[in-house]
Amino acid sequence: MSTAAERLEPFDLRSQKRRADRFGMFVFLASEIMLFGPLFVAMAVYRVLHPQAAAETARHLNLWLGAANTALLLTSSLLVALAVLAGQNGRRRVVAACLLTAALLGVAFLVVKGVEYQAEYVEGLMPKIGPPSPIAGRAPTLFMSLYFVSTALHAVHVTVGALLLAGTGVGAWSRRLPLPKRAMTVEVVGLYWHLVDVIWVFLFPLLYLAR
Amino acid sequence: MGAQVRNRLIVWVALMALLALTVALTFAPLGGFRLAASLAIATAKAALIYWVFMDLRTADGLTRIAALCALALLAILVLLAVIDAAVRVSGG
Amino acid sequence: MSPVHRPETVEEQQSYLRAGHSLRSWLFSTDHKRIALLYLISISAFFFVGALAAAAIRLELVTPQTDFLTREGYNRAFTIHGIVMVWFFLIPSIPAVFGNFLIPLMIGAKDLAFPKLNLLSWYIYVLGGIFVLYTLAVGGVDTGWTLYTPLSTQFANGHVLTIAAAIFIVGFSSILTGLNFIVTIHTLRAPGMTWGRLPLFVWSHYATSVILVLATPVLALALVLIAAERLFGLGVFDPKLGGDPLLFQNLFWFYSHPAVYIMVLPAMGVVSELVTAAAHKRIFGYVFVAASSIAIAGVGFVVWGHHMFVAGQSPYASVVFSFLSLVVAVPSAIKVYNWTATLYKGDISLDPPFLFAMGFIGLFVIGGLTGLMLAMLAVDAHVHDTTFVVAHFHYIMVGGAVTAFFGALHFWWPKITGRMYNLVWGRIAAALIFLGFNLTFFPQFVLGYLGMPRRYPVYPPQFQWLHDLSSAGASILGVAYALPLVYLVWSLRRGPPAPANPWEAFGLEWTVPSPPPKHNFDTPPVVTGPAYDYRLKTVRKRR
Repeated sequence: MSTAAERLEPFDLRSQKRRADRFGMFVFLASEIMLFGPLFVAMAVYRVLHPQAAAETARHLNLWLGAANTALLLTSSLLVALAVLAGQNGRRRVVAACLLTAALLGVAFLVVKGVEYQAEYVEGLMPKIGPPSPIAGRAPTLFMSLYFVSTALHAVHVTVGALLLAGTGVGAWSRRLPLPKRAMTVEVVGLYWHLVDVIWVFLFPLLYLAR
Repeated sequence: MGAQVRNRLIVWVALMALLALTVALTFAPLGGFRLAASLAIATAKAALIYWVFMDLRTADGLTRIAALCALALLAILVLLAVIDAAVRVSGG
Repeated sequence: MSPVHRPETVEEQQSYLRAGHSLRSWLFSTDHKRIALLYLISISAFFFVGALAAAAIRLELVTPQTDFLTREGYNRAFTIHGIVMVWFFLIPSIPAVFGNFLIPLMIGAKDLAFPKLNLLSWYIYVLGGIFVLYTLAVGGVDTGWTLYTPLSTQFANGHVLTIAAAIFIVGFSSILTGLNFIVTIHTLRAPGMTWGRLPLFVWSHYATSVILVLATPVLALALVLIAAERLFGLGVFDPKLGGDPLLFQNLFWFYSHPAVYIMVLPAMGVVSELVTAAAHKRIFGYVFVAASSIAIAGVGFVVWGHHMFVAGQSPYASVVFSFLSLVVAVPSAIKVYNWTATLYKGDISLDPPFLFAMGFIGLFVIGGLTGLMLAMLAVDAHVHDTTFVVAHFHYIMVGGAVTAFFGALHFWWPKITGRMYNLVWGRIAAALIFLGFNLTFFPQFVLGYLGMPRRYPVYPPQFQWLHDLSSAGASILGVAYALPLVYLVWSLRRGPPAPANPWEAFGLEWTVPSPPPKHNFDTPPVVTGPAYDYRLKTVRKRR
C-alpha cells in the first residue's frame, strides 16, 4: 500500500504536481500542433499558389456539414470546459454528464464525417476507389489529397479524444476518479480535447471555405 | 463559480457567432482577402478557446509560454512559406 | 555545496540496484535509474545490429566489384545501418541513458516529473525496435535512411510501411522523454538550484528536449504521408497527382536537421562535464556555454535547406540556408573555445573520461569545419552525395556523439554501478577508438573529394587503396568498441567498489553513494553555491 506522499512522488506538494501536470500537457499539445503544423503550412501555400483550383474543388465539399461539425466541436468544448469547473468543485455527476455528452458530440462529429466521406466516395473524389473522378488536373487532385489526409488524421485524434472523455466521464461517475482530488485528470483530458477542437477550427476555413 | 460558468457560456456564444460570420464571409466578394479574413477569424476563435476554455487566463507564465511556443513556431513557418510562395516567379 | 546526509534507515541505504532482483522489479520499475539501464541494454543491442550492417558495408567496399553483397543487398545494408544507428542508437543514447539517470540527481530531485511516462517511453522504444527487427527479418528496405520519394512511395521493393511504422513509433518515445525532461527541469529543481547553477549537462538536455518535442512530430507527419500515398494513393508527393517530391525532403529535413542537434547537444553537455571534472576547474564562460546550447537548438531549426542545395530548391532559399548554416557553427565554436580555456592552467588528470573528451573535441572540430565547407554552395555542388558528406557526418555523429557516449560511460560508470574499472584499459580503448575512427573515415573525405559517390558498392580501381584503408580502420574500430564491453562488464564482478566521488568532481550526483539509493537523496539537498565550484587551493602533483 503506498502512502499519499509516495503517490505524489517525486513531488512534495500536490500543488507542484498539479502545475507540472498542466504544464506537461501543454508541452504535449505543442508536439501535436507540430504534427498538424506542416499540413497547415502545405494548405496555406496551396491556397496562395492555386487559388482558383482551391475555390473550384472546395465546392465539392459539403459546407453545411462542415459548419455543423464545427458547431458540434465548439459545443463539446464548452461542455468539457464546464466539466473541468465541476470537477474542481467535486460535482462528479455534472462532470460525468458533461464529459459523456461531449464524447457523444465527438461521435456525432465522426458520424457526420463518415457521411461526408461516403458522399465523396460516391462522387468519385477518392483516389484509387469508386466511380471516375469529376475533377481533373493536378492542383484539384492535390486539394482533395490534402483534404483527406488532414481530416482523416484529425478524425483519428477525435476518436482518441472521445475515448478519453468517455473513460474519464465513466471514472467520475463510478467514483474511481475521486473528485475534486483528481480534478487535474479532467483538466488534462480536457486540454487534449480543446486542441482537437482548435485544429478543426483552422482546418475548416482552410478547406471548406476556399470556395 | 457562477461567474466562471457564465464566462464560458459567453465565450461559446461568441464562438458560434464567429462561426456564423466566417461562413457568411464565404459568400462575400472578398477575393484574395478571403484567406486572410478566415484565418483571422479562426485565430480569434482559437484565442478564445485557449484563453478561457483552456484556462490560460489563470495559468502561470511558464504554462502560457508552453501553450504559445508551437503556435509561434508554426506562425513563422506559415508566414515564411506563404511569402515564398507569393513572391515566387510563375513557372518556378 | 550540499550538506552531508546521514541515512536514516537501512532501507534508505539500499542502492537502487539492490531494491528488488526479480525481472518484474526491473521491467515494471518507474525508477529513472533502472529505466536508464533498460535503455542502455536495448540501445547497445541496436548498436550491435547497426555495427553489423556497417561491417557488411565495409566488407563489400574492400573490392571495386559487388562480390560480397548484391547491389540490392548493399542498398538494404546502408539503409538499415542508417535507420538503426540514427533512431535506435544515437537519438536515444545519451538522453535516454545518461539524461534519465543523471538529470534528477543533478538537480536534486527524487525522480523525473512523470516516472510512469518514462517507463512507457522505454516500452514504446522496444515496440519500435520490434518493428525494425521484423522488417530486417523479412528482408529490409532499400531506400536509404532518408526515405526519399518517389522511391519510397512508388518504386521501393521493400517493407517501407513497416520501417515507417517503426520510426513513427520510436518517435513517440523521443517526444515523451523530451517532455519529461522539460517538465522535470522546470518543476523539480532543489531549493537553491537556480537556472544559473544548473550543470551544463542539464542545459544541453533542456535544449535537446525542446527539439525533441517540436521537431519529431514533423517526421511523424512525413511518415504518415508516405503511408497515405502508398496505401491510399493520396499523392501529396507525387507530381502526377499534383504533389511535390521536394515537399517530402522539406518535411524530412525540417526534422532531420534538428535531429542531428538532438544527437550532438547531449554529447556536448557530457563533454562540458568531462572537461571541467578533468581539469578540476570551473568551466570558462558558463553563461556562454549554456546560451550556446539554446542558440544551437534555435538556429538548428532554420538550416534544413542545406541538405537540398542541389535538389531543385530556389537559389535564393539556398543562399539564405547557406548563410544560416554558417551562423549555426558559431555557438558550437564558442563551446570548443570555452572547453579549451577551461583546460588552460587546470590540474588535468589523464583518465579515460578526459581522453574521450579530447577525442570528441578533435574529431568534432574536423567534422564541424568540413560542415562549414559543405555549407558553401559551390563546394556542396561538387561533393553532395559523395563520401565527403558521409565522412563529415560520421566525424560528428561517431567521432563526436559516440565518443562522448563512451566518455559518459567511463565517467559515470562508477556512479551507476558502484564499481571502478581498469583505467589502463580505458585509456587504451580511448586511444584505439580515436585511431581506428580516423583511419576509417579520413580516407572517405579524400575519396569523396575525388568523386566517390555515396551509397555505391562499385568504384573505379584507383579508389581501392583508400577504401581498403577505411575498411581496415573499421575493423580496428570494431575491436576498439568491443573492448569496453569486456573490461566494463568485468568490473561488475571484479572491480573495486567505487567511492561516492572517484574523480573528485563537482555536482550533486557525486554527493550520493555509488550506486545511489533508490530515492537518490536521503535528505533533499539545498544548493548554496555556483556550479563547478572547484577551489584550486594547491597545484596537485602529477600522479
